Amino acid sequence: MEDLHLIQAIERYLDGTMLPAEKAYFEELKNNNSEIEQLVIEHSVFINQIENFSSRLKLKNSFSNIHEKLLSLGEINEGQEPTTKSKIINIWQKYKRVTAIAAAVGGGIALLTSSLFSYYNPISPNITKLGAQLEQQQYQITALNIELRKSKIPSKAEIKGGGTSFLIDGKGYLITNAHVLEGATYASVFSNTGKEYNASIAYRNNLLDLAILKIEDEEFEQIKKLPFGIRKNNAELGDEIFTIGYPNFPRTDVVYNIGYLSSEKGYNGDSLSCQIQMNANHGNSGGPIFNKIGEIIGVLSTKLSKSDGVSFAIKAKNIYSIVEDFNESDTSFADIKINHSNILRGEERVKQVKKIEDYIFMVKAYRN
Amino acid sequence: MKAELNEQTLLKGLANNDSKAIEIIYKQNFNSIQSMVINNNGFYDDARDIFQEALIALYEKSITDSFVLTCKINTYLFSVSKRLWLKKLQQNGKYISSFEILDEVISVDTDMEIHQKRNVEFEIMERSMESIGEPCKSLLEAYYIKKLDMQKIATEFNYTNADNAKNQKYKCLLRLKKIFFAQYNIGE
Repeated sequence: MEDLHLIQAIERYLDGTMLPAEKAYFEELKNNNSEIEQLVIEHSVFINQIENFSSRLKLKNSFSNIHEKLLSLGEINEGQEPTTKSKIINIWQKYKRVTAIAAAVGGGIALLTSSLFSYYNPISPNITKLGAQLEQQQYQITALNIELRKSKIPSKAEIKGGGTSFLIDGKGYLITNAHVLEGATYASVFSNTGKEYNASIAYRNNLLDLAILKIEDEEFEQIKKLPFGIRKNNAELGDEIFTIGYPNFPRTDVVYNIGYLSSEKGYNGDSLSCQIQMNANHGNSGGPIFNKIGEIIGVLSTKLSKSDGVSFAIKAKNIYSIVEDFNESDTSFADIKINHSNILRGEERVKQVKKIEDYIFMVKAYRN
Repeated sequence: MKAELNEQTLLKGLANNDSKAIEIIYKQNFNSIQSMVINNNGFYDDARDIFQEALIALYEKSITDSFVLTCKINTYLFSVSKRLWLKKLQQNGKYISSFEILDEVISVDTDMEIHQKRNVEFEIMERSMESIGEPCKSLLEAYYIKKLDMQKIATEFNYTNADNAKNQKYKCLLRLKKIFFAQYNIGE
């Protein structure tokens, strides 16, 4: 009980609420009693500690409030948390409105302009696949009386999605992401000049998220020699990289973009892919990632949703393994021969791009 | 000159836990630090923790009497964040030699030592608070953290009057103090 009185006195002394006479008495007591003096010091340290504790707690509290606020304002971005369901619904709802308006307009053109990019996440909730998906819109091309471009695809086909692809064999074999073709039974590819070719889905591997397309079109002229090779070894961290693709799917304007290799591992330490610093759009999915000298080092496939420029590419050596699988399983006469030699080394970037862009195609995936 | 003045104002705001100032500092600095963490084997949660801890280090600096910030806020936060993140990577055995960042980085050794000490103190207090049990914990929080007056506390905790509440608070305080110093002295 005595302790209690003493501590009460000390606290009042420290926070300055003692009356002058009381204070004088207490100071005298303190000066003549080293034990009390010691207690006063100890208590002031302790009170100080509680104050520090308290202000830090409050500060942390302010920080998390501000963090949430900035997140909701979109000033800062984080990947989607595991509760992405509501987000998907929101986006769907948003596009449903677009769809409704489009339907009201009645023109088919609206279909192509409202080609949505759905956010679905088979790998992880934080990852967005880049393929342009049209699945949720039960749109039928039959509705299209006016089409932007005369399509080779039968008029009843339904667009399932799209992305980018690139030739690995001049006979007409292309690589893209398996997710670009999800739900599709066949595809057509568009060159950078907008020319369309029919293509079949020759092979797909959902685990590696890679697929092979084969151009089956008499108008297609085989290419004798592709300018770029495909790299078997891993690329080096920090390597300058670039890509050419069709981020504006379904528009066929080819877009060039640069970045660098930021990690040899992909999302969550995935060793099949690597992390790159590059802004990518949904239509970039399936696009080639080139290193400085023009070798393909990967296939652009996913990005961290909502984060700036964190994307992932499937390492190019996986192309070799699916081609091997394909060649073994395919009974037809024409084996795929991957081009090894690379004639772009030492060229200026503008020239490299000029030589490459004809071999990068936009993919449209269909189901009938 | 104007920018410098602004930085001083922001720091003063941070020292007073002024949410407007903190928001501006947050907005101007978070993204670059988030990228740094994410590009170096981190996740969003790590980025948030690291950034907020760096802000606390800046806060601690801003409330000291001898406070001088010899560089810009963003350089300071970046340097501290980098240091904190490196340490975390090392702790998790994930140290990567390729962790190179080109941005200007200043030496924050002394500050990190002080910050580390404050961290230890904070943790001791947190543990002590947890171990005194109820109603002591809530009572002390009400008085020292929420800064409620004794009359309010008496009503909220169903004490017959403020004096009773006060007595109870002192009893709790003594207990907390005992537990705290038992660890704090060892820690020294």
